[in-house]
Amino acid sequence: MAINYVNPEFEVIRNPNRCIVCRVCERQCSNGVHSFDPETGTMMADETKCVDCQRCVALCPTRALKIVKNDCALRENANWQQDTIYEIYKQAGSGGVLLSSMGNPKPLPVYWDKILINASQVTNPPIDPLREPMETKVFLGKKPTMPERNPDGSLKTDLAPQLELSMPVMFSAMSYGSISYNAHESLARAAENLGIYYNTGEGGLHEDFYKYGANTIVQVASGRFGVHEDYLSAGAAIEIKMGQGAKPGIGGHLPGKKIVGDVSRTRMIPEGSDAISPAPHHDIYSIEDLRQLVYSLKEATQYQKPIIVKVAAVHNIAAIASGIARSGADIIAIDGFRGGTGAAPTRIRDNVGIPIELALASVDQRLRDEGIRNNVSLVVGGSIRSASDVVKAVALGADACYVATAALLALGCHLCRTCHTGNCNWGIATQKPELVKRLNPDIGSQRLINLMTAWRHEIMELMGGMGINSIEALRGNRLMLRGVNLNEKELEILGISHAGE
Amino acid sequence: MKRVYVNEKWCLGCHLCEYNCAFANSGLKNMAKLKGQKIYPRIRVEGDDKITFAISCRHCEDPICIKSCISGALSKTPDGMVEIDKSRCVGCLTCVLVCPYGAVIQDGDGAVQKCELCLKNSSGAPACVAGCPNNAIVYEER
Repeated sequence: MAINYVNPEFEVIRNPNRCIVCRVCERQCSNGVHSFDPETGTMMADETKCVDCQRCVALCPTRALKIVKNDCALRENANWQQDTIYEIYKQAGSGGVLLSSMGNPKPLPVYWDKILINASQVTNPPIDPLREPMETKVFLGKKPTMPERNPDGSLKTDLAPQLELSMPVMFSAMSYGSISYNAHESLARAAENLGIYYNTGEGGLHEDFYKYGANTIVQVASGRFGVHEDYLSAGAAIEIKMGQGAKPGIGGHLPGKKIVGDVSRTRMIPEGSDAISPAPHHDIYSIEDLRQLVYSLKEATQYQKPIIVKVAAVHNIAAIASGIARSGADIIAIDGFRGGTGAAPTRIRDNVGIPIELALASVDQRLRDEGIRNNVSLVVGGSIRSASDVVKAVALGADACYVATAALLALGCHLCRTCHTGNCNWGIATQKPELVKRLNPDIGSQRLINLMTAWRHEIMELMGGMGINSIEALRGNRLMLRGVNLNEKELEILGISHAGE
Repeated sequence: MKRVYVNEKWCLGCHLCEYNCAFANSGLKNMAKLKGQKIYPRIRVEGDDKITFAISCRHCEDPICIKSCISGALSKTPDGMVEIDKSRCVGCLTCVLVCPYGAVIQDGDGAVQKCELCLKNSSGAPACVAGCPNNAIVYEER
């Protein structure tokens, strides 16, 4: 095809007065945007290859570079916007399904931003977390509904297995394969240091990381990649992945070219073979089937580990969660439609699923109404961006939050959303050794620890402001929330009042 | 004594250390002023497609460069740093010849120069270490 219908999305602007031709940009760009022209002694750029990952910008020692949106634009049209037209050009050229990475970028409502948090004034004292004790520890797992006693009158203390978290945040599932060895090591080391958990995703657990098992959640997904007895025993909990927020209703596909070396060994599939996770678990077509898998996994691990069932937030989420809560699962993880991914069909990512805020509120309410809220803990993910999102989620009824995009950002991700190319310039979503080494886990784990430590401080500040000194007292405390710019129905589902009420 | 060490596992071969070195020792206010200049960094990235690492003066216990210096320009500080007095260098390049690491190099003016841990310029601590994006160069006691 001789005509390229799609203009480069970005423009590389190089300040010639600042560029000292050190060629760092050229050496650091895995997409081959920058090159040195020996004839003129200057740097050149091929914008068609630029994904705006900002690696060159960040490393340019003289700040000579900037990447801007190409202002060469099609004629404005509110209905046929440029992105839409370019997608048509791309599909007309390739005949293929459009692929995207990371979370849904569309301007759909972010309910977190329409919810405001309360604070104490005059009649109820706020608490200063720097002067008074403040508890952010949470336990995830089945809780007794009321105290039970032994025949001799003593209190029964044999609880179902629990996960102990120093703060209500965990790193959510990202497989070894979708992200690099060094990214996994950073997450594992940070989780251990922080007293929280990270999640293997469906790619198995690299043998080097078994030592972080006490802070690892091992995942069992529809492809069953890397699942064996030692793997199940290695983790602190086992997660059955039924769905993912970024791509509800479909499976996964890690291309054969990423199944190399250790990734192949860890997934237990031959090198170069595509790792295709089916859309359904072929042995699960009902809650009863799910119950069988939950109990198979409990049996395999001597009932020592809590079982998490992860589902995408979809239309009937409250009924689905009610079923899961009766399946024997200890924890339900719900992933909202803004959750990230290493690769998903664009149409699915941008149009399937529902916001996590609404899903969480309706699930928590449903489980309370049915008297089974204590059967399970609720973990929510799908774009938890800050400590205030965490506080709002807990107040809506979550026991803890899953964060992944925020964790990757801490590792250097610039959300260029081209993970599916495998050329990640930040050493995160790639398996190319020369790119993987760009993420030094010494730096990565420390940045994750810093981020979570900062969030924990902020959570304590926000709780203190409300006069609450323990996460337990915040959970499901929807009186602490008010909505702005929300209609009656949205307020009803969220179970909160409007600001001013 | 603290020395500059390189962990080749994390070296990306970006060559930023060379420019940070040249800038730190240039006395210039802004790195952009290096534009158009040939730089003579005291740290050099070596390697190939597979592996890269940055090399600078090791500040040897028993420095052969000092023994070979015919003009007494090279000497050891009480701390153990190998330093050079450029005003005494006659440019015979014997030290360049004998240094097993290739860490002594000629500057643009004919005298030799070498890493002096940025203790004689305004950085105060090695600029290559401060500017390394992946902690591949460290300044520590071992």
